[in-house]
Amino acid sequence: MGVRGVRMKIQGLTHRYGARSPLTFDQIDLEAQRGEFLAIIGRSGCGKSTLLHVIAGLLRPTSGTVHLDSELVEKPSPRWVMMFQAPHLFPWMRVTQNVGVGLRFAGWPQKRIDERVNEVLELVDLRDFANSNVQDLSGGQQQRVALARSLVMEPELLLLDEPFSALDAFTRADLQRDVRSIAKRLGISLIIVTHDIDEAVIMADRALIMVGAPGTIYKEELVINLPDPRQREDAAVQYMRKQLMTAFYDAAGSAPSAVGRGNGPEAEEAAPVRDKAGAAPTKRRIVPAA
Amino acid sequence: MRTDVAARGPEGSAFARASSRGARHFVLGVLGVLVLGIVWQIGTWYLVSQPETRAFGNFGPIPTFQAFPRLWEQGRIQSAINASLVDRLATGLFIAALIGIPLGILVGRSKWFREISHSPFQFIRMISPLAWMPLAVLVFPGWNWAIVYLIVIAAVWPVTYATAAGLAKLEPAWYKVARNLGASRIQILKEIVLPAIAFDMFSGLRLALGVAWIVLVPAELLGVTSGLGYAIKDARETVDYSYLTAMVLTIGVIGFLLDSIFVALINRYSWYHRRTAS
Ligand SMILES: Nc1ncnc2c1ncn2[C@@H]1O[C@H](COP(=O)(O)OP(=O)(O)OP(=O)(O)O)[C@@H](O)[C@H]1O
Ligand SMILES: [Mg+2]
Repeated sequence: MGVRGVRMKIQGLTHRYGARSPLTFDQIDLEAQRGEFLAIIGRSGCGKSTLLHVIAGLLRPTSGTVHLDSELVEKPSPRWVMMFQAPHLFPWMRVTQNVGVGLRFAGWPQKRIDERVNEVLELVDLRDFANSNVQDLSGGQQQRVALARSLVMEPELLLLDEPFSALDAFTRADLQRDVRSIAKRLGISLIIVTHDIDEAVIMADRALIMVGAPGTIYKEELVINLPDPRQREDAAVQYMRKQLMTAFYDAAGSAPSAVGRGNGPEAEEAAPVRDKAGAAPTKRRIVPAA
Repeated sequence: MRTDVAARGPEGSAFARASSRGARHFVLGVLGVLVLGIVWQIGTWYLVSQPETRAFGNFGPIPTFQAFPRLWEQGRIQSAINASLVDRLATGLFIAALIGIPLGILVGRSKWFREISHSPFQFIRMISPLAWMPLAVLVFPGWNWAIVYLIVIAAVWPVTYATAAGLAKLEPAWYKVARNLGASRIQILKEIVLPAIAFDMFSGLRLALGVAWIVLVPAELLGVTSGLGYAIKDARETVDYSYLTAMVLTIGVIGFLLDSIFVALINRYSWYHRRTAS
């Protein structure tokens, strides 16, 4: 497939919102292969959105690093783009202008922007709405515009924060399938945060569970090596879903400290690059036969 | 959205858009003006019917309209408009926008600045601009600049506070999205902030125009020897009543036309009204 994706390496990532706030998440280590799709599931408030913001360079970590290939993420870039839970379109712009806005920021000539925008609108199946006012679109169509706005940048990494949770089941299923196939076709790396276990199984190559306050990545992860396209009702998908559900409840049952990580305020003192031999629990991979 | 302008403009140019809505606006607009003209004529008849005001017949609509060709030939209307509109009003509004928009951005964006500026700004805002006149004449070189100053001090507040109110409506997520797509600070200002608040800025400028126009004429009654206010004073002193009413009418018509321009701009840049569904 494509070669656009990127290798991600997160080391000892720790975050707190303010000097007196508790840790949002603590000492997260995570790696992803080029073009791999990760899903992160976890309860509300465990710090998933914050983690994505840090990976996108929209928030600075308190300590720890995010590397995409060899580059340290310190600020936002059109090469690693985040798509938010709400479309957040610019209401004074038409669909095409919304989609092309990032290319305009990058200083592309209008003619090339138009060409590229048309391609991407085709990709997300919105060509008939190119000149619509975005406020006249349905929620699903708006989210497609937001997706097109991200895809048009041809990012190396696409970060999705519960992008479909506000949509009806049918639109959601369509978009889950479409986003996966589009991003796979383009070879983009992808991380999706979701509450929806089905969504994780349908969209990701590997599912991670985030637990606790401060949040940590649970020791068990699920490799989802299913063929495409994946349907919710497929037996294999249902099986994976059950596996993930079980792991999720196991994770919820074990407090973060039970996983063996410091989660008190003293953990903040930890050096940015964590002593691997120290706190890291051994990872367990569930790799069911497909 | 651009097509809405014709239909929404108060004068409703039905010819631009042969829609029934535009036509209705136009007919009602003409009707309103006719009613105003009739009231004016009835008032004149009343003045003429009273022995002590019989001499004021020239205040009526017919002598007034008859005065226009004469005044135009003498170049009085043109020079008054030029002095009032270009030299004073436009200059004053331009300076007010130049000061008010950045000031509004500061008030809207910086809590610290908003709090520290609140009392002094409200204090200055409540001083009638005309009360500055004697001071302004001393400080500024010539009456013309003194009048420009009065317009600025009257017009800067609506621009400032409308801009700040527009900024308050900006969704923080828009900045995040823009930063996320690689926008620089300048680009965020140009592509996000300004288009988002253009509607409010023009609404502020429209209010500013209203107060500036009201301040302008009385300010011109003093000192200067040009402009619409001066023309009124001149007409009174020469007891030329139709000249006087013609200038009053000119003031109204120009104010109305200027206001219509801002209404058109506001409609052009307005996008709030469609947001209900999202
Ligand atoms: N701007 C902020 N300032 C201070 N604390 C914040 C801020 N945003 C989030 N938090 C806190 O950080 C924690 C993690 O929030 P975050 O939004 O990352 O959770 P989440 O896992 O994405 O939750 P959800 O699934 O509900 O979206 C929460 O306890 C929240 O209260
Ligand atoms: Mg969240």
